[in-house]
Amino acid sequence: MRLTAKNWQGLALTAVLLGVAACLPLLTTAYWLTIGVTIALYTVLATSWALFSGPTHYISLATAAFFGVGTYTTGLGIEHLPYWVLPPLAGLIGAALAALVGLATLRLSGVYFVIFTLGLAEFIRQIITWGQTVSGTKGIYVLTSITEAHIYWQLLGLAGLVWLLGWLIGRSRLGFALRIIGDDEEVARHSGIHTARAKVLLFMVPGAFAAITGAVLAPRYVYIEPILAFTPMLSFQVVIMALLGGTGRLWGPVVGVIPFTFLWEGISASVPNQTTLLLGVAFLVIVYVLPRGFVGLIEDARARVNRAEGYA
Amino acid sequence: MRMVSPVLSLRGVTKRFGGLVAVNGMDFDVTEHEVLGLIGPNGSGKSTTLNLISGALMPSEGTISLRGAPITHLAAQDIARKGVARTFQLVRLLPSMTVLENVKAGAVFGHRRRWGTEANAQAQALMEQVGLAGRGHLKVGQLTYIDTKRVELARALAGDPKVLLLDEWLAGLNPTELEEGIALIRRLRDEGRTVILVEHVMDAIRSLCDRCVVMASGTKIAEGAVADVLADPEVIRAYLGDDDD
Repeated sequence: MRLTAKNWQGLALTAVLLGVAACLPLLTTAYWLTIGVTIALYTVLATSWALFSGPTHYISLATAAFFGVGTYTTGLGIEHLPYWVLPPLAGLIGAALAALVGLATLRLSGVYFVIFTLGLAEFIRQIITWGQTVSGTKGIYVLTSITEAHIYWQLLGLAGLVWLLGWLIGRSRLGFALRIIGDDEEVARHSGIHTARAKVLLFMVPGAFAAITGAVLAPRYVYIEPILAFTPMLSFQVVIMALLGGTGRLWGPVVGVIPFTFLWEGISASVPNQTTLLLGVAFLVIVYVLPRGFVGLIEDARARVNRAEGYA
Repeated sequence: MRMVSPVLSLRGVTKRFGGLVAVNGMDFDVTEHEVLGLIGPNGSGKSTTLNLISGALMPSEGTISLRGAPITHLAAQDIARKGVARTFQLVRLLPSMTVLENVKAGAVFGHRRRWGTEANAQAQALMEQVGLAGRGHLKVGQLTYIDTKRVELARALAGDPKVLLLDEWLAGLNPTELEEGIALIRRLRDEGRTVILVEHVMDAIRSLCDRCVVMASGTKIAEGAVADVLADPEVIRAYLGDDDD
C-alpha cells in the first residue's frame, strides 16, 4: 500500500489531535472530563454508524441494541472474567448479532430496515427484562476500580480505531462496492457485486463498535438496568449527530458530535422535559436545511474559495 | 459447416408472471464472435429475455447455459462474474461518481477482476475505446445523452465479459449520434466480441447483426440471416399487425 503525502498529513493530524485530546483528564475538572467522555462516546458511535449508513443510505436505529448488549456483556461477565477481555468479547458478540440482523433484514430495503432495527433494541430489552423477572433479579452492579479518565482514554483509542478502519475500508474494494450499492443496487448486482454479503460485512462494523462502547461505558453506570442500557434515545442521537456533521467524509460525524453535545447539555439543563421534542425538531431542521451536514457546507465553501481564486 | 460450440444457449426458457406468459419456450444459441439481434414488436418479450439471461429475473422453466455450464438459477452478481455483462434499456449510471469511477466499477467487479493501477488503466483504456477520453473526471450528470450511453457501455465491457447484452442501446439517439453509435458497436463486432443486441433500429440490425431471432408475443417466430428473416411473411405480419416501428 503506497501512501501519498496527503495521507501522511491526515494520519499525522489525526494522531496529534488524539494525543492532545488524551491530555484532557490531566488538565481539567470532572465536569469537562464528563463532557469529554460524552463527545468521545458519540464520536465512536456516530462515526462507525456513518461507515455503514453513509454509503448505503440504510438508516440503522440499532445502535442502542448493540450498545446494550455490550453493557450487559460487561455487567454479566465482570464477576467471571478479567475486565480487559470484556470489550473485545462484546465486539465479537455485537458483530455476530449484526451479521444475524443483517442477513435477516438487509434484503429488505428502506423503511422496513429502519423499523426492524428500531424494534431490535426493544426486543432484546424485553428479553432481558423477562430473564430478570424469571430469575428474580432487577439490575446488575458493575463495581470496578475503573475511573472516568480510563473510560475516556479507552473511548479515544476506539475513535482512533474507527477512523483507521474507516480509512482502510474507504480504500478497499468493499468500500468501493458500498458506494456503488448506495448509488444503484441493481447496477451493483449486474456488475458482479455480491450486494448482500457486502452490506452484512459492513453492518458488522457499527455493530461491533457500539457493543464495545457499551462494554467500556458499563463501569460508569455502576448499576445497569435494561431501560438504561437499551434506551432508544441513543440510537436517534447517533443518527442526528452523524447527519448533522455529514456522512460523506470520515471526519464528518465528529464535526456534528461536538456542537451537538454542547447544545444537548444546554437543552437538558434548561428544558429537561422537552428534550425528545427538541430532538425531533433538530432532526427535521438538519434534514431540510443541511442535507449533507456540516461537511456539505464546508465543501461548498471550499469550492467557492477555489473558484474565486481561479478567477482572480 | 464447421461445428462451433455456443457461448450462450437458451433451451425452452419460459417466464410466467401469474397468468401472463412473457417468454414462451425460447431456444437459441449465440456462438463466439457473433452479434445476434433479438428483435420483435414492443412487448414481445425481448427485454424479459435479456433480464432472464442476466439474472434480473429467474426463468419459470428451461435452462440457460454459458459455455455449457448452467447459469439458469444463479443470482445476477454470479452471472455477471461468470462473464455476462449488460446495459439497461433506460441508462443507469452511478450518479454520485465520476465517469472514471463508473467505468472502474465494471473493471473492479466484473468477470475479470482488477484493482488499483490495473483497474484504472483498464477503465482509461475503455473510456478511450468508446470515445470518452479526457472526460474521466466529469460527474455523470454533466454528460450528453450519448455519452451516458458510452459510459454504460464502457462499464459493461470493463470486466472482459464473454457475452455482452445491449438492451436498446441505440434507442433515443439523434441521427448524428445514431451514426456514431452504430460505428461504435461495429468496432465491438470487429474486435470479435460476442453480443446480443435488442434493437428496434432496422438500419442498425441490418448493418450489425450476423443473425437475428425474431420474437412476437413471447415466442420465437423466426431465426436466421438478417435479410431472410426480415423477408419472412410471418415477421412482416408480426410487425405490421402490431407495431410499425
